[in-house]
Amino acid sequence: MVGAACALYASRAGLRTVLVERGPVAGGTTGAGEGNLLVSDKEPGPELQLALLSLRLWRELAAEPGGFGAAVEYRAKGGLVVAAHPSDLDALSAFAGKQRSAGVETGLLAASQLADLEPHLAPGLAGGVHYPEDSQVMPALAAAHCVRQARRYGTELRTGTAVTSILRDPGGRVRGVRTDKGDIHAPAVVNAAGVRGGDLAALAGVRLPVRPRRGFVLVTEPLPPRVVRHKVYAADYVADVASDSAALQTSPVVEATDAGPVLIGASRERVGFDRTFSLSVTQVLAERAIALFPVLGRVSAIRAYLGFRPYLPDHLPAIGPDPRAPGLFHACGHEGAGIGLATGTGQLIAQALTGATPDLDLAPFRPDRFPASEEGAR
Amino acid sequence: MTSPTNRLAVVGAGPAGLAAALTAAHHNIAVTLIDSAPQPGGQFYRQPAAALGARRPQALHHAWRTWARLRDRLDAHVAAGRIRHLPGRHVWFVELLDRGFILRTLTADDEPEVFAADAVLLATGAYEKVLPFPGWTLPGVVTAGGAQAMLKGGLVLPGRMAVVAGSGPLLLPVATGLAAAGARLAALIEAADPRAYGRHARTLAAHPGKLAEAAGYAGRLLRHRVPVLTRHTVVAAHGTDRVEAVTVAALDADGRARPKTERRIACDTLAVGHGLLPHTDLAGALGCRTDPARVVVDAQQRTDVPGVWAAGEAAGVGGAALALAEGEIAGRSVVAHLTGERPRIRSTAATSRTALRKFAAALDAVHTPPAHWAEQVADDTLVCRCEDVTAGAVRHAVTELGAADLRTVKLLTRAGMGWCQGRVCGPGVAGVAGCPPETVRRPFARPVPLSVLARTPSPTEGRQE
Amino acid sequence: MIRRNPQDRPPNLPLDRAQDRPLDLVRARPGPSFTVTVDGRPVDALEGQSVAAVLWSAGTVAWRVTRDGRPRGAFCGIGVCFDCLITVNDRPNRRACLVAAASGDVIRTQRGEGHDDLAH
Repeated sequence: MVGAACALYASRAGLRTVLVERGPVAGGTTGAGEGNLLVSDKEPGPELQLALLSLRLWRELAAEPGGFGAAVEYRAKGGLVVAAHPSDLDALSAFAGKQRSAGVETGLLAASQLADLEPHLAPGLAGGVHYPEDSQVMPALAAAHCVRQARRYGTELRTGTAVTSILRDPGGRVRGVRTDKGDIHAPAVVNAAGVRGGDLAALAGVRLPVRPRRGFVLVTEPLPPRVVRHKVYAADYVADVASDSAALQTSPVVEATDAGPVLIGASRERVGFDRTFSLSVTQVLAERAIALFPVLGRVSAIRAYLGFRPYLPDHLPAIGPDPRAPGLFHACGHEGAGIGLATGTGQLIAQALTGATPDLDLAPFRPDRFPASEEGAR
Repeated sequence: MTSPTNRLAVVGAGPAGLAAALTAAHHNIAVTLIDSAPQPGGQFYRQPAAALGARRPQALHHAWRTWARLRDRLDAHVAAGRIRHLPGRHVWFVELLDRGFILRTLTADDEPEVFAADAVLLATGAYEKVLPFPGWTLPGVVTAGGAQAMLKGGLVLPGRMAVVAGSGPLLLPVATGLAAAGARLAALIEAADPRAYGRHARTLAAHPGKLAEAAGYAGRLLRHRVPVLTRHTVVAAHGTDRVEAVTVAALDADGRARPKTERRIACDTLAVGHGLLPHTDLAGALGCRTDPARVVVDAQQRTDVPGVWAAGEAAGVGGAALALAEGEIAGRSVVAHLTGERPRIRSTAATSRTALRKFAAALDAVHTPPAHWAEQVADDTLVCRCEDVTAGAVRHAVTELGAADLRTVKLLTRAGMGWCQGRVCGPGVAGVAGCPPETVRRPFARPVPLSVLARTPSPTEGRQE
Repeated sequence: MIRRNPQDRPPNLPLDRAQDRPLDLVRARPGPSFTVTVDGRPVDALEGQSVAAVLWSAGTVAWRVTRDGRPRGAFCGIGVCFDCLITVNDRPNRRACLVAAASGDVIRTQRGEGHDDLAH
């Protein structure tokens, strides 16, 4: 998704672009995502600024003529964060207060107001916060339609093509990539390789510590519209997203899709690229989803899938030029927010590539902000 | 974890599962035989429900004596306590823990149960492949195997005037069964050219019993005066609320419908099938190597996951006789594994497996769907029955959105994301998209109520590296 | 709609009811028939038959309308395709080809997702 957005904004900025993908479109983390465009889970800071920029760009894309919004199932459905206990609610409303000062729309909800937004929510919750800006797209369609648009602006798509090395001139400047299907010469290379972003950086001799953080999603049978109306999650989700722990964390995240099924996330664990299916993780997801929406107990899960979020140690993506390898740009490490942050990232990369003033200060996203070696990281 | 009463769990009580369970029980292994049907036999030996009181069930069967022997041996082992037969339970997940396996089941009423075992034999069988054509979603259009299953199990027919169509060795017994049970057979439409059997004459001649069986069916068709059209295909089914007629056409040498050979045949039932596909989900979730046509096994029917065997259609479609041979071989291998003795595979079973696999491959080579069937699928024809995805949407994903593999087509169209999880539409979508079939990972072998999943006891934290 | 059991039929009566022919073929002696309701209408059923078999016997081959409005009934007959989903005793999305009919079952045909209990 991030690569697709970079290609879209770069080609719209007039750059001749080649989009190289080792698998198919949306074949990586994108195809295993939920398609969240969120501000609700982000504390004030550079990531929230990127999220606000991205949301605006998603809105603009969705409104473009040609039906892009409908094609990618864009829904400005809003998010609802609920607190189980009064103490959680206090923490949640303090968090929302800070977000509000940073420009996020928030609406504090008393316990009695929750049912107006979500009639099937469990009784007895302490209250919550409504985030009307939170939105959703169908991630694979979003990536595919961004690629389709990019191709209309001249982007050349090469799927099933793996980068094997990064070409550099004697002075160290990047001048293209070598792939298993031939060389591609270009004065700039953008690393949007997601969970493989660290490997691609290594090909250019630079370190970018992107790691996989595994997540499972449970998918229910199709349900009638409006059983679950918002993206609904419990307040502990924010803490889990920001956590550094390798151990399994699950916080219930429940949302419906245009197609009918309800998606239930979100687990996080650092287990490398282990694709072993873990029944116990899905069991906890089911348990916690039913705690939020008791009616889901009557509903069947028809499948579950897993994916790997590309995560960097400080939970911020790497966006912009890499001073260690002139001509190399990074756009990866968005963890579980890559769909949401893709448009802003694409725009910032296009601006960096064309020398335009970026919409945001790229300093917090500097790719060389990490220690040069694994040892230095400890 | 190890319970002396269920050392081997066999999933599926069809020919392969029964042969394996009987072999293991004969060698004093405690067997738990778990099966989704109310009665043993699988699809091939499916019995009328006991309460229907059939006094002559063999009228809908062949190889009855083989079945009677299997049933009697099963009854004896059950009575002796060596086999615990658990019908009416669907295994939805098999977990590999540090010491042994946990099998999680659901009854038809979604009641969960859990069984432990030291070894697992997957004899999960197969289901029917149906390639899409305009009208194939009309009520009254059923799979050939489905018509047979409903007839054998429930003693019912979907209508009075049937067309049986498609390709494969299943069509003959289905047609004769429907005719014997009182349906009028308007036509049997087979895509294969019987002359193709000539290319496999030696392989086929090695199985005189099978040829006699086929000849027997052909004779019964003659008796019922069923018109048989080979090198023909159904190009469309017609009707609004149910099927009222089909259009069939002759196939040319390239496997395309020949222009001006179309004719309409009135019917209220179309039983259609293009071969069988194995159930490989439990094996896949266990981490066994699978490909779209089978769970991959070695000469002893072992998968590449220690403690897990596969036999019968799940290990490659080949019919009941092959399933019996594979089940016996797998059973003996399990015995050796659990007792520490050397496996004693009877050479006759191994020889018969080799010959039957060759025979199955020959049948498969003869009974191929028309090469260009996908061209007859109009853009407005549904290819994914669960998610109402049309052939046009699949083609759009390929031509406009750049999808080149089945998974991407699924992500971009939802074909295969619905209730059946692509079991039915997989081959059809792949054909229309022009991409190869793919092994689909389905962690749950059937839908699981979230309430069941939530209270699924977790005996230990298995394989949480 | 009304079906006699084969053993209730006087001897030597010619077979005229198509749905009895399979029962006669295997010389079935089913137990006495019982009644279920399908969308409120009484339908005869035999013990041992699936809900789908009961509906086929009654001449019904379509009992579900998909989300895009098309009729469906049993297709694979063995629990794989989920085309035959039906509501039995208020539980939606049961596979008619697998669920055994029981006396007094309240069976309802389905539209769309089947979860009328959740629709607003």
